[in-house]
Parts: sequence; structure tokens; C-alpha cells
Amino acid sequence: MNTTIMLFLLQDGITNGAIYALLGLALVLVFAVTRVILIPQGEFVTYGALTYASLAAGQMPGTTKLALALGMGAFAFDLFAARKALHGRLILRSVLTNIVLPAIVLALTVYFAAQKPPVAVCIALSLVIVAMIGLFLYRIAFQPLAHTSVLVLLIASVGVHLALQGLGLLFFGAEGQRGPAVLSGSFTAGALRFTGQSITVYGITIAFIVGLWLFFGLTLYGKALRATAVNRLGARLAGIRTTLSGQIAFLLASVIGALSGIMIVPITTLYYDSGFLIGLKGFVAAIIGGLVSYPLTAVAAVVVGIVEAFSSFYASNYKEVIVFMLLIPVLLLRSLAAPAVEEEKD
Amino acid sequence: MQSRLPILIFALVMAAIPFVPGMPPFWIVLLDNIGLAALVAMGLVLLTGVGGLTSFGQAAFVGFGAYTTAVLSTTYGVSPWLTLPLSLVVSGSLAVLLGLVTVRLSGHYLPLGTLAWGLGLFYLFSKLEFLGRNDGISAIPPLSIGSFKMLSPGSIYYAIWVAVILSALLTMNLLDSRTGRAIRALRRGHVAAEAFGVHTPRAKMLVFIHAAVLAGLSGWLYAHLQRAVNPTPFGAQAGIEYLFIAVVGGAGYVWGGVLGAALVVVLKEVLQSYLPLILPGSGQVETIVFGIMLVALLQLAPGGVWPWLMSFLPERTRGKKPDTSLKLAQRTRSPGQSSVLLQVDKARKQFGGVVAVNNVSFDVQAREIVALIGPNGAGKSTTFNLITGVLSATSGSISVLGNKLDRAPPQEIVKLGISRTFQHVKLVPDMTVLENVAIGAHLRGHSGPISSMLRLDRADEAKLLAEAARQIERVGLGEQMHQLAGSLSLGQQRIVEIARALCVDPMLLLLDEPAAGLRHMEKQRLATLLRELRDGGMSVLLVEHDMGFVMNLADRIVVLDFGTKIAEGTPATIKTNPEVIKAYLGVAA
Repeated sequence: MNTTIMLFLLQDGITNGAIYALLGLALVLVFAVTRVILIPQGEFVTYGALTYASLAAGQMPGTTKLALALGMGAFAFDLFAARKALHGRLILRSVLTNIVLPAIVLALTVYFAAQKPPVAVCIALSLVIVAMIGLFLYRIAFQPLAHTSVLVLLIASVGVHLALQGLGLLFFGAEGQRGPAVLSGSFTAGALRFTGQSITVYGITIAFIVGLWLFFGLTLYGKALRATAVNRLGARLAGIRTTLSGQIAFLLASVIGALSGIMIVPITTLYYDSGFLIGLKGFVAAIIGGLVSYPLTAVAAVVVGIVEAFSSFYASNYKEVIVFMLLIPVLLLRSLAAPAVEEEKD
Repeated sequence: MQSRLPILIFALVMAAIPFVPGMPPFWIVLLDNIGLAALVAMGLVLLTGVGGLTSFGQAAFVGFGAYTTAVLSTTYGVSPWLTLPLSLVVSGSLAVLLGLVTVRLSGHYLPLGTLAWGLGLFYLFSKLEFLGRNDGISAIPPLSIGSFKMLSPGSIYYAIWVAVILSALLTMNLLDSRTGRAIRALRRGHVAAEAFGVHTPRAKMLVFIHAAVLAGLSGWLYAHLQRAVNPTPFGAQAGIEYLFIAVVGGAGYVWGGVLGAALVVVLKEVLQSYLPLILPGSGQVETIVFGIMLVALLQLAPGGVWPWLMSFLPERTRGKKPDTSLKLAQRTRSPGQSSVLLQVDKARKQFGGVVAVNNVSFDVQAREIVALIGPNGAGKSTTFNLITGVLSATSGSISVLGNKLDRAPPQEIVKLGISRTFQHVKLVPDMTVLENVAIGAHLRGHSGPISSMLRLDRADEAKLLAEAARQIERVGLGEQMHQLAGSLSLGQQRIVEIARALCVDPMLLLLDEPAAGLRHMEKQRLATLLRELRDGGMSVLLVEHDMGFVMNLADRIVVLDFGTKIAEGTPATIKTNPEVIKAYLGVAA
């Protein structure tokens, strides 16, 4: 192997790793706050990517109708939950977020889709659409189960994943799609060629890691989320609305997922079911990071990306085997270093 | 535990189904599939619902079972009946390997870890040359008895359902035994189980292997039903599906696994065959509806369908009282033993910069009640944890009958005859009082998992339950023997913990705030009991805040404050000790 190939593989690995890092961060965030292991994270990726690609191709994405439908569902859940005390303001707020907002986005999408909108508009619309889907999903599927065990939440998460994947096929068909580059152009440094797209990936990943770090370290909402993660009951007693924390976590996760999708889709063709595997690699990173540490997750994700790039060069048949088996030595180390005193759980 | 009649009826009904005239052959295929899924789900019930270990990797074990028989019976022409034990051994031994890596993981690492190796193994199945890569292996011979070949789904039906019903019986036998109680205690954390000698990593490994062997059995049957295998049914999706079969059915119940399999298989079939009629044209509508129904079902019955159905049945009278005339062997007490039972010598425990226990020394003599008192945060519970091996001391030594306990784990310390209760009650709430107390006698029984499954453990089991019943009556809870421990009041639960500790046949009983939550009369009864125990030759070391209780009961009192021993003596001298009064009231009297 010569240095050029090695550098090339490293670059490829770091680009993929940056995406896994973002997804890993989102998974850690959602798990810490809501105890949901977010298997549908992969669907957020494909929805974001394919919505973006459809819009850029001048097609009307089905996801925006899904957002409105889910919004109506969320409104129904809100009404049912508040049936004993129907305050006007409460209903108004619910109508605004759950019905008016997705309706406006739907109208905008219809308007723009007809005229092949610029890249920035496509990105903005895709992000808003997927963000709403994430938010409403939490309201409908997970908020009613918030008190149950991690296992039940996990199975519900699987159910959501199945439904979303089926809907993905319905909306986008079995054909793969590619989208236009977010940032075109490129430059070379030595033997390496940096495309605008890969620079975007690095930039956005770093921005998000710093942004999340600032959010959790400095803002009141960030601290509320951390408090919810540590102790739900305690957070509630301190006046933190844990459902709000859950909503914020899902909102962030869906935005991160969609953004990752938009960044990958110009590089590789994505299919309606590609997200699952991409999300799982984010998982691998998140587990290596112990589901608690953001910087460790980011580093682990880059390692996963590099291992993947090298193994696809040397043993492409065993690429997935190697990536997933990477976990075993990590888990082994963790189990050896596991703390002796364990917590009470049920 | 349960009557065997419903199972017998179920077996007869299942045996009669193929003879129902006009039964569509397709239904038999469905029942075959239900049986196969039920076997895997049953393993998951034990692993996840009872043992608290979530695994996404079960499909890989099904794959091991199926591929083992596929390779051996095609490439090497081995008879399918000979490959059955081999399939089980292969899945079981790979479970040992994977279990060594994953079982020790706690909380959410475990499910994610199993997901990872489940995926990795799926890709391995689809890439290995001798497993036929993505095409798999075909032309697997059918099962046969003499010249009768089980070619049709109707003929292998009996093999599958005999396997399901036998496995269910064996699994239920296992749960209703000494080993089963250890497994059922796993979900509530390790500390309590280990304090009574349960080797928790071994118990976890056991359920892991049990679940893998059941999955391997399902795989073996699958290979001979389909007579072809390929990697698809052993992937991560299948692993996830098995898990939700168990959860939908009711993850804590053996029959929940069977019911869940029936519900999920039938539901998928109905959706696949009828949904296109209602909503024509679109490809994956059944997946969408299936996903939505799954979430809806969980929101309506988060515990699963089986317990929800069972709640409609009238409450049955639980169990009969064990025959208390059976006796367990008692601990041999050497008559010439030294009078110092427990010697704590300059024990010290630091957590980072905090000194929780600061060079504390005291002893407990034979036939003595010693009380350890002090304000909150004085280090009393930490001292208990040092003595019982939950924590290891930073420096200093603790010895029992002159033998030093050098970092001995809790399982070893209980063998020396030291048993304890906990400040925060650690009972298994969904087990009866009798079963909880019987965990205390864990080390006094000998039956292993195999003999429990085959019901060869009954003589041993009867003695354990008799001992448990005797201790429950001794502490005055005979009426509550068959109630669930979680339904008792907190005070009663503390008393149950004392009964459990007594089942060890201890020389020294460590009680952490036994009187908290008790009413006045109950406290008096407890004091009487403890005096009786002392007069019977036992020593008691207790932590307690109720001064009236302590002063009337204890022979000697050790006072701790901020981790340091500030006084020791009889109740009368402690009451007037200025240091003690200062520690409690903050002023010098």
C-alpha cells in the first residue's frame, strides 16, 4: 500500500466517521433524556436525504404529507390527554404547532417543488419537514410510554422504525436517489483532493459538536435536559417538564439525522432502507462512547469510519463483519473495567 | 407451582388439530411457524423477561442450529437425529463464548452488544464459502423415523410442538426451583442475591445458554422443515422480531412467549394476505400497519397480552404450606471456638478524598447483641458493606473467628455464617414471601439446573421450602407466606428480610435498620425475637436509629460519628457519654 492510498482511505474514513459521529451524538442524546434507543434514527437520515433529493429534482416529497398527518395525530393525542381541562390557550398552541405549522410547510413545499428550488430552500424545507416528523412521533409513539421500561420503549422504537421504513418505500419508491452537492467546487492539497462536500461535512459536524457542548453546558434548556437524563423524577420535582425535554431531544435528533442524510446523499446513492445500517454504525460509535460521553462518541465514530474504509479496501466482503465485530473487544474492555457496585434497576 | 392440567389440555388440543376435518393445510404451516418462533421467544422470556438480560442476537443462535445441521447432513451425510445434539451443543458453546464477552455488561450495553454481534454474525453467514454464502444450503434431508419421512408441514408439526411443550415444561420447572429463584432475583440487582451466595455471573450465563439452546433447537427444526437455509432469517431484523414477540406476549411468562408468537405470526399473515385487498397497489403497507399496531398494542398493554388475559381469570389460591417437618443440615459449631466472633481492626474506607470509615475497630462476641449507632452519614452502612464484602476496605482488616477476610466476595462471607438485611429493602417484589425467603437458603441446597428441569430436585427443594416456611413462621409472617413480597408493607418487608437472613443458619446476623417502619407492637415483637436468637447462640450486629429500641435491646453499643468511633460501652454508659450527646445534639451537655 502506498501513502496516497492510505491518505485517501483515511480521508474517506474521516468523512464517513464524521457522519457516524453526528448520528452517534443524536442517539446518546435521545437515550440519555428519554431512555429510548432510537432505531428510527436511520429513517430520519433517509427521509432527510430523499426529501432533499426529491425537492431538488422538482418532485413533491410524500414526507410533508406525513408530517401533516402525524401532526393531526399529535393534536388528537393532545386533545385526549387534556380532555378533563380544555383550556383555550392549550388548544390554540396545539393547533398552531401540530396543524397550522405542517400545513404551511405543505403549502410551501407544493409551491417550491413545482419550480426546482435552489439548494438552500431544499435544505431548509427538508430539515423542517423531518424535524416536525421527529417531534410528532415523540408525541404519538413515545410520550404515552414514557413511564415504561427501556425494553418496552425499545420495542416501540422498532415498531416506529418498521412503519417509517414502509412509508419510505411508499414515498420514494425502491429506486435509489442522489442529490446535488451542498457546496460545489474542490481544491487539492498535496495528493489529496478535498471536495466542497467533504469540507461541509467536517464543518457541520464540528459545528454541531461545539453547538451541543455549548447548549448543554451553558443554556437553561440544555441543563434541564441533562437533569432529566440523570433523574426524571428529580427533574420533575424541580419544575422541569420532562415531556418538553423529550420533545427537544427528538427535535434535535431528527434535525441531526436529516442533516446527515443531506450531507451523504450527494456522495452516495441512498435507498429507502439505507438508513438502518448507517444508523447502526452510529450506534457502534455511541456504544464505544458508552452512551454517555459526547467527545468519546465522536472519536469512536471517526475510528469506525476509518476501520470501515480500510476494511472495504482490503476485505470488502467482510466490511460489515469487521465493523460490527469491532465492538466485541471494546465491550470486553468495558466489562473488565466495569464498576463493582451496580445501581438498583427494575 | 402451577397445576399441570391446563398444559395437558393444551397438548391434547394441539395434537388433535391436524385431525380436524377440513383444516386448511396452510394453517398447519402457520402453526409450524408459530411453534418455531415460540421456542426462541421462550428462551427470551427467561433471558429478558425473567433474568433482565435483553438480547437482539437470538436469531444468530437459530442460525447456528440451522447451519450446523445443514452442513453436517448435506456435506457429510450425517443423520438429522445425530445432528440434533450437535446443533444444540454448537449454539450452546457459542453462547458461552459470546456470553463471556457480553453477559457481564450491565444496563443498555447488553442489548446493544448483542445487536452488534447479531449483525456481525449475519454478515458472516452470508459471506462464508462453506455455508453457501447468500444462497445458503439446499437439499437438506427431512427428518425420518424408519421409512417414514417428515416431508409435509403436517408431519413435522408433531416434532415441532412436542419440542415446544417439552421446552415449556422444562423451562417452567427450572424457574420453580433453587436455580430458578436465583435467576428471578437477577433483575433486581446483584447485591441481595450475592449476599446469599448466588454466583450472579454464573446464573446469567446459565440463562444465556438456555436461551441459545432453545434457539438452536428452533433452528434445527427450521432447517428440516424448510429443507434449505439461507442467511436472511437469521439477521438483525429477525433478532428484533423475536424480542418483540416476547414483549408482546408478556416478557415474564413462559406461555406469553407462545402466545406472542401466535399473535405476531398470525397478524403478519393476515396483514399480508388481506391488506392488499383493502389498500391495493402499494408494496409494504403491511409493514407500516404492523409497526403502528405494535406501538398501539404496547400503549394499551405495556406488560404484554398474557398477563392482561390472566387478569381476567379468578384469583387462584396460591400454593400449599410446605411440610415443615423436613430439616436441613445445620452448620457445625465447634464447641471450642473462640468467643470473639467478628473482629474489625482499624478498618478504613475512602471514596476519593472522603473517608467514610476512619480506622474503626470493634468486635462482636458470641451470644451478644451489638448496636452500631451514629447520626446520618456516620459510616454505619459502609461498615456493614465492608464486613459483608460488598465493598473492600482501603486498609485495616476484618476477621471472622480469627480468619481474615481478605477481599473475600459476599458469596464467600455468607458461607462463614454471616448474613444480613439491607437498609433499602432488596426483595424480589413479584416473588412470593416464601420464594424470597428460600433464596436465603440458597447455599444449603445442592440441586443444579439440569436436575431442576427434570424435577429430580424435589427432595432437596422440599427441605429448602420447609426451612423457609419455618423461618417465616418464626418471625410471625405465616399468614403472608404465599403473598407477593411487593404487596407487603415496608415494615413487613423488613421482617421478610430477617427471615431470609435466618435461612442462612447464621452465626452472626447483621441487621441494617430493622425497626424502621415498624409499629410499636411490631418493634417489641422484633426485640423479643432478637433476644431469643441471642439466647439460642446467635450474635446480632445492628444499625438502628430508634434509641429506645437500641437501649433496651443491645448488650453493647458502638457509636460512630463522621466515620470515626467516638464511644463504646453498655447502654447505660453510652447514654451519659458527653461525646455521644454532643454528636447527636450538637452541644456539650
